[in-house]
This record gives sequence, C-alpha cells and structure tokens, in this order.
Amino acid sequence: MSSEAMTMTMDKEKRDDDYILEVNNLKKYFPISAGIVFQRQVGAVRAVDGISFNVVRGETLGLVGESGCGKSTTGRTILQLYRPTEGSVKFEGQELSTMTGNELRQMRRKMQIIFQDPFASLNPRMTVGSIVSEPLQIHKIYNNKKERQQYVEELMEKVGLNPYFINRYPHEFSGGQRQRIGIARALALEPSFIVADEPISALDVSIQAQVVNLMEELQDELGLTYLFIAHDLSMVRHICDRVAVMYLGKIVELGPVDEVYENPQHPYTQALLSAVPVPDPQVEEDRQRIIISGDLPNPANPPTGCNFNTRCPVVFDLCFQEPDPPLIEVRPNHYVSCHRVT
Amino acid sequence: MSVILEVKDLVVRFYTQEGTVYAVNGVSFDLEEGETLGIVGESGSGKSVSSLALMGLIPSPPGKVESGTVNFEGRDLLQLKPDQMRLIRGKEIAMIFQDPMTSLNPVLTIGTQITESLKLHEGMNTSQSRKRAADLLDMVGIPDAYRRLDDYPHQFSGGMRQRVMIAMGLSCNPKLLIADEPTTALDVTIQAQIIELVKQLKDEFNMAMIWITHDLGVVAGIADRIQVMYGGRIMESGSSHEVFGDSRHPYTVGLLGSLPRLDSSGEEKLIQIEGSPPDMRNEPAGCPFAARCDVREQFELERCWEERPPLETVPDSNGDGTHVMSCWADIREGVAQNV
Repeated sequence: MSSEAMTMTMDKEKRDDDYILEVNNLKKYFPISAGIVFQRQVGAVRAVDGISFNVVRGETLGLVGESGCGKSTTGRTILQLYRPTEGSVKFEGQELSTMTGNELRQMRRKMQIIFQDPFASLNPRMTVGSIVSEPLQIHKIYNNKKERQQYVEELMEKVGLNPYFINRYPHEFSGGQRQRIGIARALALEPSFIVADEPISALDVSIQAQVVNLMEELQDELGLTYLFIAHDLSMVRHICDRVAVMYLGKIVELGPVDEVYENPQHPYTQALLSAVPVPDPQVEEDRQRIIISGDLPNPANPPTGCNFNTRCPVVFDLCFQEPDPPLIEVRPNHYVSCHRVT
Repeated sequence: MSVILEVKDLVVRFYTQEGTVYAVNGVSFDLEEGETLGIVGESGSGKSVSSLALMGLIPSPPGKVESGTVNFEGRDLLQLKPDQMRLIRGKEIAMIFQDPMTSLNPVLTIGTQITESLKLHEGMNTSQSRKRAADLLDMVGIPDAYRRLDDYPHQFSGGMRQRVMIAMGLSCNPKLLIADEPTTALDVTIQAQIIELVKQLKDEFNMAMIWITHDLGVVAGIADRIQVMYGGRIMESGSSHEVFGDSRHPYTVGLLGSLPRLDSSGEEKLIQIEGSPPDMRNEPAGCPFAARCDVREQFELERCWEERPPLETVPDSNGDGTHVMSCWADIREGVAQNV
C-alpha cells in the first residue's frame, strides 16, 4: 500500500482516539520450575509476548486465535488477575500494572469479566441473589439490605432472568441462564469495560444467539465497551467492530472486522478464515481452502524469527531471522505483522 | 446404489434415579453405500445415543434399547449376541469419538492399540500388523510413522491423536464409519486438516459415513444428506442443498437464522430461538419443539401439543422426494396445513 493512498483514505475516515484502554508491549511469562526440594526456574511459557493495542470507548474489540495463543491470558492480565511480566496497561489514563491493594480494587469497579464456563464460574453453594450482590457487598454499595435486593432483582430482570428465582442455586438453571447470572454479576458495579472471555462457547447453538443479542442490547443501553475473546470467527464478525488476531502470544493482524475478514493480509489470518466452515453447501463446494499443516509450536520454546514460520505457506529466508516482523499499518487502522506485507 | 444400513423406529431410554430419560423416541433412517449422512443436533437431541445404539454400545443398565431394528447387510444388529457383534464392530462398522484425549488408552503405545483390531479381525501376526499400522499412520499424515508406533498417546498433539483415532477406525477397511463430533475438540485450522483428510480417505475406501455434529457449517461441506434432530426425534432430513437452501422445519429455519455468517457483515440482529432445550425426562406428547416454536405460536396450533407429527415428504420440494420433515405446519406457505 502506497503512502498516498493511505493519506487519501485517512481524510475520509476520522480516527477515534478516545481510548478507554491502552495496552503497550504487554508480556506475561509463566515460569517453568524444576527440582523437587530446591525449585529453580528453567524456562518460561511466553503466553503473551509483547502485544500493544488500544480499545476505543464504546466499541467491541474481538480477540481471536486458537487455543494456547494467549488470548485469555491477555484478558486476565489486562484486568490484573495476572500481574504482567512487562509492559503497561492504562485504563482511562491510569496505569494498572503498578497499582495494588485498595487502589486497584477501586479500579475493578469499572472493569469486569464474564467467564467462559457458566458451570465452573458460579459458586454452587451460593444463591443467585448472593452471587450477584457479592460485588456490592465487597464495595459497600447499598448497605440497606432491602435496597440491595431490589437492585439485584432489577439486574436480573435486565439480563432476562425472572427475579422470582433470586433464592435459587446455580444448578437449578440451564447453561444459558447461568451465563445470564454471570452477566448480571459483571454488571452489578456498573462497569464501563467488560472482558468477555469466550462467553458463548460452552452454550448450545440455539442459546448462543440469545446471549449475544443480550450482550448487544446491554451495550447499547449502558454504553459498555467489550473485549470479546473468542475462537468462533463468525460470531466475532457479527458482534465486533474491530478484531485482533493472535498467534503464539503475539498480535499478527489488527483492524476493523469487515476489512480484516474481506481483505486479510497475514497468511495466518487467511488460513484461519478459510478454515471456518460456512453453513451453506453451495459456498462450501466453491470455496478454495488454505490448509496449513502442523500444529502450534510450544510457547515455551517459540521459533526464532516470525512465530508463524513453522507453518507458513509463503515463508522465505527473512522469516527465520530476528527480529520478528513489526506490526505495520497497511491501510488506515489495519495493522499486519508479516515480512511479506510491506 | 444399495442401502447398507436401515434403522427403523429406534427407541432408547435410560432408567436413572431421577427418572426415565427419553433419549431417542422413534428414529428411522437409511444409509446408502458410499453416502455421507450428517446428523445435526444440540446436546440432548439424541444424535450420539442413536449411533451408539446401532453399534450396540448403550451402557445397560441404565440404558435400554426399547424397540426398533437396525438392518445392516441383511442382519438385525440389535438381535446379535455380544460375540457376534464384536466381529462387526471395528471390522464392518468403525467409530471415531469426539475426544481423542480420553478415547485412547494412555498406558498402551499407539502401535499396540492399532494392531489390536488387526490381529483380532484380520488374523495378522505381530510384524504384519505393525507394518500395516505404520502404513495407516503414514496415510493419515503422521510423519516418521514406523518409529512413532512405540510412542504413547500423550506424546501426540490433539490433532495428531485424532489422526491416530482415524487410522484405528480405518484399519480393517470398514464399510461404515461413524464419526461422533470428531473435530469438536480441535482448533479450526486443525479441524480443516482432519475434514480434508476424512473426505479424501472416504473416497479412497468407498465407505459410507455418518458424521455427527452440532456444527452446521462442518456438515454443509462434508455431507450428502443432512438429518436435523431435536428432542430424540428427526425434525427434518434431506439432501444438504435442500435442508440448507430450502429449509422447512421451524427448528431448522431458526437454527440457521441464529448462526452468524463468516461471509457477511453482521449488521442485523441474530434470530433467536426462545427458551431452552427440552427436559428429556418427560416424554413429549406432541412435537418436542412445540414449546419453543414461533410458528406454533403464530398460528396458535393446538395439534402440536397433542400429537406427534409424522415424518412426511415436504410438499412441493424441488428434489426427488427425499426431503422430509416432521411438522404440522408448512412454514414456507405461511399456512398451517393438515391442522
């Protein structure tokens, strides 16, 4: 892409730079220890290996990739559920990675998470009412019990649960309803930013649409910003405004969804998109698939150079040399990290 | 083309402490030689149980095949004694399971597990069977196959383990391969590898295949015929072009509408099917989908609650009359027929 074309399109598209979240060179390494009595570190799993991106207020940013690529770790490291090994996470202009204790707890009111597995993420011994009101108790909102219950009932109604069930336990609900409980809990503190970590992948197909529609309605109503982590690329195209594709702890491509899906630049994105089946036999017959061989390399021992060089169909000598390709802007807001794309 | 498998009125129930589970409630279908049938359904729709039943693999108790026949090459599999069935299982009909992590034995080498059926069914000795096993592994794309025979399952990745499962399934040249969600546990790029491999091997071996999945996208690319199941019953069945292109059953229509498409930008809202899947502990008197069906609601059809709709040819379908569905209403016409 030439620079003239870039400036041309840039005039048309105004850049939105009201960032709610700024992530810069974020790294999260998990140590590998050896030894029985005297533990020493012998290596590290590079789950997240230097990623940078921003999230614009009010948008949904999708984070996609295969299992083990570090997308869930990224979500948790942003929320400081894991402390980053290196790099900075700024939320509404404030640095989170150095924050501790009460200061961090106050920030957590504004950023919440919805977990993947609605069966494991709700305490089976707590009623729906106490699950949803726990964050309120921790942050000492509504000291009046009656008011608190009223608020919880309102929240339940908002996510499509009958408030009559406030004293029931999680096992009395179906998967989709449990995910609604998880959403109500995340909304309790009126956050502005929610990390949704594969919120629909444990649900049946006919239930997924219900939960996604609910999330979209809540976003319109409450002006939420989502980081939507998923491996279902069709759903990501539906719900997200922008998408970041991760491979082995790094972002390989980032851009507006329609742009990335229609004009993918990185060979991994191209292969990933072509591997997703489309529920239409006619389309499937006519499609040309790019099938990449092999598996994801071990993140404790990533290849030298570009991480994708072990599976890339268009690999050449530069791909094996350090440093790995930088993320460059090929079109307005569309970034790619590949030596083939310049 | 001749029919190799004919399932008639299959009924399977589980008698548990919490009550009887009506898993499969009268399922009938045929399979022709070399054909691929995709069985689609959500969890609890009875798709896996019906295929386990025809392999004679329903754990009993608590499960019981109440009635029905499974005719495979002139024999009713449900009437066979266990040792007769053992001669068919793995040899004539093979099965690949969903989770390659749990369906391989972790304490036996891959070689031991593949050669087991070769020795049993083909009467091969150790060196013959090892050679054949290495050929099979090579065929499914495992590099350095002969050496890897002595590796254990944990030394393989998920995709490689599924390849081993496929090699085991194909080891005795079965006439029918049943694949129960073989790619659900895998990532999309690995899923694409496995689907491509199975397609190619199916032609090579000229097998018939039943591919069970909840992913409508996967069967669209692989199946000749699609059968949509819900609540232990077949809702709609037909060639994949008919079921996807001219879907008639309100459940199929709703299911396809609730799926976002990779190839179109998702501006419009997804169609959602209200409610949740049925509790299989109650045997539905009428159509199992009645409680969630928007067509029933719109036309206030009472019959749906009371009587099970039969599986009948879809009126004025374009195909050869194999497009069938079980519904009291024809939604394309916008009118309720037969009511």
